[in-house]
Amino acid sequence: MSELLVARRISARYGVEPDEPPVRAVDDVSLVLREGESLGIAGESGCGKSTLASVLSLNIHPPLAVTAGELEVAGRRIALDRPGWRRQAQALRGKVVALLPQGAMNVLNPTRRVGDFVYDVLQSHIPGISRKEALRRAAERFEQLSLLPRALEAYPHQLSGGMRQRVVAVVSTLLDPAILIADEPTSALDVTSQRALLKLMSGLLEQRIIRGIIFITHELALLRAVTHRVAIMYAGQVAEVGPTEAVLFQPAHPYTKALMDATIVLETGTRRQRIETIGGQPPSLVSPPPGCRFHPRCPVAMPVCSREAPPVVSVGEGRSAACWWVAERLGQTAAAAERRDGHAGGR
Amino acid sequence: MQAGGEGALLRVEGLTRTFGQGRHLVRAVDGVSFEMRAGEIACVVGESGSGKSTLAMLLLRLIPPTAGRIFFDGRDVTRLRRRAELRAYWRDVQAVFQDPFSSFNQFMTVRRVLGRTLGLEGRRLGPQERAERMAWALERVGLVPRTVLGKYAHELSGGERQRVMIARALVVRPRLLIADEPTTMVDASSRAMILNLLLDLRAEYGMAILFITHDVSLATYVSDTLLVMYRGQIVERGDVERVTAQPEHPYTRRLFADAFTFAARR
Amino acid sequence: MAQSKGRSRLRRALRSRRFVASVALVVAVVAFAVLGPVVYPRDPRALVSFSYDPPSREFPLGTDNFGRDELALLMHGTRTSLAIGAIAGAIAVVIGTVVGTAAGYWGGRAEELLMGVTNIVITLPSLIVLILISVALKSRSLVVMGLIIGLTSWPWTARAVRAQASSLRAREHIYVARLSGASDAAIMLQDVIPYMLSYLGMAFTLQLAGAVLAEAGLSMLGLGPSGTISLGLLLQWALLWEAVRQGIWWAFLPPVVLLTLIAFGLQLLNASLDEIYNPRLRREKQVA
Repeated sequence: MSELLVARRISARYGVEPDEPPVRAVDDVSLVLREGESLGIAGESGCGKSTLASVLSLNIHPPLAVTAGELEVAGRRIALDRPGWRRQAQALRGKVVALLPQGAMNVLNPTRRVGDFVYDVLQSHIPGISRKEALRRAAERFEQLSLLPRALEAYPHQLSGGMRQRVVAVVSTLLDPAILIADEPTSALDVTSQRALLKLMSGLLEQRIIRGIIFITHELALLRAVTHRVAIMYAGQVAEVGPTEAVLFQPAHPYTKALMDATIVLETGTRRQRIETIGGQPPSLVSPPPGCRFHPRCPVAMPVCSREAPPVVSVGEGRSAACWWVAERLGQTAAAAERRDGHAGGR
Repeated sequence: MQAGGEGALLRVEGLTRTFGQGRHLVRAVDGVSFEMRAGEIACVVGESGSGKSTLAMLLLRLIPPTAGRIFFDGRDVTRLRRRAELRAYWRDVQAVFQDPFSSFNQFMTVRRVLGRTLGLEGRRLGPQERAERMAWALERVGLVPRTVLGKYAHELSGGERQRVMIARALVVRPRLLIADEPTTMVDASSRAMILNLLLDLRAEYGMAILFITHDVSLATYVSDTLLVMYRGQIVERGDVERVTAQPEHPYTRRLFADAFTFAARR
Repeated sequence: MAQSKGRSRLRRALRSRRFVASVALVVAVVAFAVLGPVVYPRDPRALVSFSYDPPSREFPLGTDNFGRDELALLMHGTRTSLAIGAIAGAIAVVIGTVVGTAAGYWGGRAEELLMGVTNIVITLPSLIVLILISVALKSRSLVVMGLIIGLTSWPWTARAVRAQASSLRAREHIYVARLSGASDAAIMLQDVIPYMLSYLGMAFTLQLAGAVLAEAGLSMLGLGPSGTISLGLLLQWALLWEAVRQGIWWAFLPPVVLLTLIAFGLQLLNASLDEIYNPRLRREKQVA
């Protein structure tokens, strides 16, 4: 499988004011999205996942700034810490990487028909496209994904919230981007609409309308329905990456395990089992704890965890975790430390 | 509808609330009847727009019903009007809401928020007892009274804020707590702690809890009884084990089928 | 965090050119009115020269029809106008806040009643009311002028506040307050009004500007304050004694400029405060 999007050692921060300490929302994150794949990024609020979505979709506007790192999007390399990246990003945004933001359904103007919105979007990228052609393309895409093309004639208030969200999702694919980045697209929807949206997203991949999806959510249960691989983020860094089922059900990183333990798993007989709690609070991204950022809350923390950043260790086929405890158990410390740099798929 | 209802803590009969009129009439809550025992945890589960939050408002007597009656401890509380009567009702029935950000008056310290609710006790408590009550409630939700009492909302995390709001409800030692989506807007870390706390409170003080949620797994986890709400009506109601094992109403089946749960591992 | 939130808001404000410019303008006008007479201590009532002396070294803005020093008149006039504006603005904001908050919070019939009264006051031609009141009162001191203008201009604030209070009504912290047994008065005072403070400050700037202009309008009709000097009175005198017709610009242009500066400065301040408190309106909006 070839690599569709590669993020190498990305760091990004919100520098509110020059004399205020910056919020380091993303710190040294590397990720890979493969051709035909859906990658989930999960974590609690404030772990940096939405910031990462902004960076990966090249929607980087002040106060957000990327301080280090490089992106490779569909074969094109962008050094985000060098001048000139803005022009490169501009050329790719929307056309190669599209973002489906949180609450995307609200981008529709209540006084205009969906079709007008479609025409606006297409016209801004394809100057001179006729209205008829724009609507034809949209209708075709709607049909392909079993949405009624009639929705194009509707005003937003005539559509349900779930329908609006799906419509915006489909419209964001009209420029045939290679990658769709969806940031909590289901958060305002009821379960039935959530199902429908996820089905639509799977459809985009299966019909090869989109070549890769990055799906950002805090709902672990959703990940199983839609993603092949998942990255768990904690305090601006990637704690663990791997195939979704393996990461969720045999978590390697203590944080992933804690997160899953705090999630209700419905099985007959387990109803009266207490769910476990993670003590403490997620750390501040202004002054995160030294060493491993999870160490103050980690049940298996060792002295080294509070001193040095953890190594990224491989924990099976296509899986890795950034953890001293895991490294020690696997006796990989030495090997891992060597690989820490340049390990794209891991951290 | 159940007959009798002796010993029921809360009994609701044909509760209805409509909004608007004529063609735009919406029956947000439509003929809802059920009852709860002391110490029971019941869960109203349904999608957004099913009327479950309106039901909570009605039970809390924050909005008046269009029709139907509410009995608490055998007394008809549907038409309470005088502030003294309502205050007495709110000593017994308290609530926690969904959004810990907007339910916290940002201009007040934790001490004032809690103190205000303690005002429901009137002059029955001396200053010493009031302080003890606040400390007890805060400790009960896992917060250190000394450090949080002087804080404002923005100095607390979302999870801490929600715990303060639970402590606020606890200071009057209510017999029924209505919890409207209390964990939807808090992190996984705090979510588990809040759920366990509510279960413990029931076990220790026999506090009844009416839990309102859209989350099927959560409903199944915490409750004894499930009330499935759809378009303003309770379409299915029963023991949680029974409803999960053999849902009768088609809507209940769909709700369970659609929900993203970790119910069945592959 | 509160501090840092406040600090960053202040910093954001200081970076907004509009805000800095409008504050500078307002401060300059106030300084002119308050500090001016200290720096330029001349009696505005003293007849010091001949009628309509053009500007000179001795009288930087010339003299008026009675041979009074125009610059001294202007300073005192600005001070009086601002004082009337502040009194009227404060009265209008207080009444408007009470009526608007009660209407918005209670809703239902109380709201209909209160807004009915408000709308009646709005639709009454305010000028006629002002004329009637002004005529009825023999002596119109500065305070009375402020009162008259304040009592007729509050509906604007009442309507705006009603909308705000009504949107706050369904917030969860209000439900929490009610469940705590708080009285309606306590809820409005502690849970509704504090959330509108920044908004009320903005309403005050607009009411003040409106009142300064209202004073000028009344004065030009001969219904201005008695026994004092205001910008409106300066204009009235200029009209009465033919300064406008004869093109004696130093008698009418300076008060017009000051009125414009006050109104413009306060409007700009209001707009920039709006930007600071409602970041979504900020002009440097992110690219979609």
